Amino acid sequence: MAAIDQGTSSSRCLIFDQQGRVVSLNQKEHEQIFPRPGWVEHDPREILRNVIEVVHGALDSGGVDVRDLVAVGIANQRETTVVWDPRTGEPVHNAIVWQDTRTDSLVRGLGAELGQDRFRDRCGLPLATYFSGPKVSWLLDSAPGLRRRAEEGDLLFGTMDSWLIWNLTGRHVTDVTNASRTMLMNLETLDWDDTLLDAMGVPRAMLPDIQPSSQIYGEAGGTLGGVPIAAALGDQQAALFGQTCFAAGEAKCTYGTGSFLLLNTGGRPVRSAHGLITTVGSKIGDEPATYALEGSIAVTGALVQWFRDKVGLIGSAPEVETLARTVEDNGGIYFVPAFSGLFAPHWRGDARGVIAGLTGYVTKGHLARAVLEATAWQTREVVDAMNADSGIDLTSLKVDGGMTANNLLMQFLADVLGVPVVRPNVAETVSLGVAYAAGLAVGFWPDMESLRAHWHKAAEWLPNMDTGERERGYRKWKKTVQRTLDWVDDDDD
Amino acid sequence: MPKPIQSIERAAAVLRLMSGRTRRLSLAEVAGELGLPKGTVYGIMRTLLSVGFVEQDPESGKYRMGAALLHLGSSYLDGNELRTRALNWADWLAARTNESVRLGTLLDGQVLLVHHVFRPDNSPQVLEVGALLPMHATAMGKVLLACHPYLADDLGNGTGILPRYTGSTITDPARLKAELRQVLEQGWASSVEELIEDETSFAAPIRDRQGVAVGAIAISGPTERLCEGAQPRSELVSFVREGARTISRDLGAVPW
Repeated sequence: MAAIDQGTSSSRCLIFDQQGRVVSLNQKEHEQIFPRPGWVEHDPREILRNVIEVVHGALDSGGVDVRDLVAVGIANQRETTVVWDPRTGEPVHNAIVWQDTRTDSLVRGLGAELGQDRFRDRCGLPLATYFSGPKVSWLLDSAPGLRRRAEEGDLLFGTMDSWLIWNLTGRHVTDVTNASRTMLMNLETLDWDDTLLDAMGVPRAMLPDIQPSSQIYGEAGGTLGGVPIAAALGDQQAALFGQTCFAAGEAKCTYGTGSFLLLNTGGRPVRSAHGLITTVGSKIGDEPATYALEGSIAVTGALVQWFRDKVGLIGSAPEVETLARTVEDNGGIYFVPAFSGLFAPHWRGDARGVIAGLTGYVTKGHLARAVLEATAWQTREVVDAMNADSGIDLTSLKVDGGMTANNLLMQFLADVLGVPVVRPNVAETVSLGVAYAAGLAVGFWPDMESLRAHWHKAAEWLPNMDTGERERGYRKWKKTVQRTLDWVDDDDD
Repeated sequence: MPKPIQSIERAAAVLRLMSGRTRRLSLAEVAGELGLPKGTVYGIMRTLLSVGFVEQDPESGKYRMGAALLHLGSSYLDGNELRTRALNWADWLAARTNESVRLGTLLDGQVLLVHHVFRPDNSPQVLEVGALLPMHATAMGKVLLACHPYLADDLGNGTGILPRYTGSTITDPARLKAELRQVLEQGWASSVEELIEDETSFAAPIRDRQGVAVGAIAISGPTERLCEGAQPRSELVSFVREGARTISRDLGAVPW
């Protein structure tokens, strides 16, 4: 079973055996194109080439013949937007990446007096620059004639899953989890919503068919000839599936540059009153869709990288733990890394980073502690919001991603959440999740229960902090958050 | 082959000269010893200073080897860094062998556990990261001793006394040395019930770019699962060695 993980910085392919174990891996980075400050683009043709290359790379290094592949699943960076001409197969513009902020004024205009939550009831999302709909609209206005061609059905839109599947199979489809990040899909009907399409100015004729996450979309041509493409999932939804969070109340957090916490809320979308996003978790074949609440934290691993690259107190990211262990505690300091404002659950663009509680006693070891603790406290805030929205208290948190190698952080996370934190044996949960979804579609695995049997605990951190200490720390964290607010003024550059 | 670059040859000569001296050297001394013009040596020194390979005493103006160079050549690898880089392959080893996996480094004549992957059967297990284990009674310790033979002389705080943990613990230094020679030759070590009754482990060395053993990776479990009669199961040993080789190959790769 092959899984493609088409990510923001690289494309990867992993091959799994029937026990869900990694057989081989190959990856290739692609160019990040920055035409202007705040703009981020990818070349969709380069990504397509890389994807095919890494599949063959993984087959070669695993000694697997392409004819032995049961199926391929595709997990992808979400929201990144491609528009192409189906007759030539050529994109009309580079892909506009999710981080790109060029739609800022467009998005603020859409909010107008109704505010950020104008479309939340329909699509579960707040108005923000990440989502695809406004990116498509910007793109259609970027050159004369594009909008007319789109209305006449001569141009196609897709997120990365659609672009890859169209190129591999010739079918213009998207999976429901990716569609749920466009701001164009209605969360109840799971179909494109005319009100949203009208508001964003996106013609229905250019949109892909919305399909289940786990289903045979078609057979690949070319050098992958005959292999069924059998699943697509947004990367974070894939990680939720790979962590086998199949039941309502199960949650995972992926710790990378930023971090993404997703909670399975079962068969109904839960509207957030606490700054979270409502999204589709997965849809397996004809079964009803599963929904999720999502809280994203912009700066977690990025803070450690900043500490390494800009402050220079450590030579590599893992050394932050070594430095942090030179002291017993944070020395009374708290670090809220609101580098570009505060995201979930606060959503305050006027905030900027603060280190509070500084005294002459503080050393670089305390700073390293505060850097790590920031990730745990930010998680605590998102978990509190999820508990409040869903009415279910989290009983344990499944974690994955690079930062789970940091034992000090994982222990502190368990301490401040007050629940066990567990890491699974297969860290590659994004790839594993979409492999699972593809395997269900072709019958490689019989059902979801059989997948649960593959999930094995590789490490567990149990809470070991008394309630008083936890609450005192959380109080100080919240006070530090208050001190980040209202920093940006109207006349700032 | 292209011609050697003269300035690099000269810089290497300067470093080699200084590495043989315990006291600081002046510019004139270095130039005199190497038979080079002072101006040339001055240029080389400024460059080596800027990359941290030499250090200059601010009062006397004399030079000695820099900390950056010592760091480069030594077997130092941060335990947290080793865990980060070994994470995926330690998981892989646990999944392949169905046993728990541990990674250890040297610390003051003992093995420091820097990483621990649970046996993948969801049974209750407790993280042992941070624990210290005796060198002579563990497979990881034997691997590290075999790769760093000078350490064997310091065992038992220099007394040469090897504490006994079970009936199978090797307490005779001569027998241990003989086994270490075999470990080095075969590239892996075992500890069959030498630390804990009924528990066996196999370990292999993790080496850095210079080939220095910076740590060891091991699987542990009940003797009945790891051994066939008295013999280590060869497929399990192969997995341990493959895991160690893969991690060694990956060292030097950029972590997250």
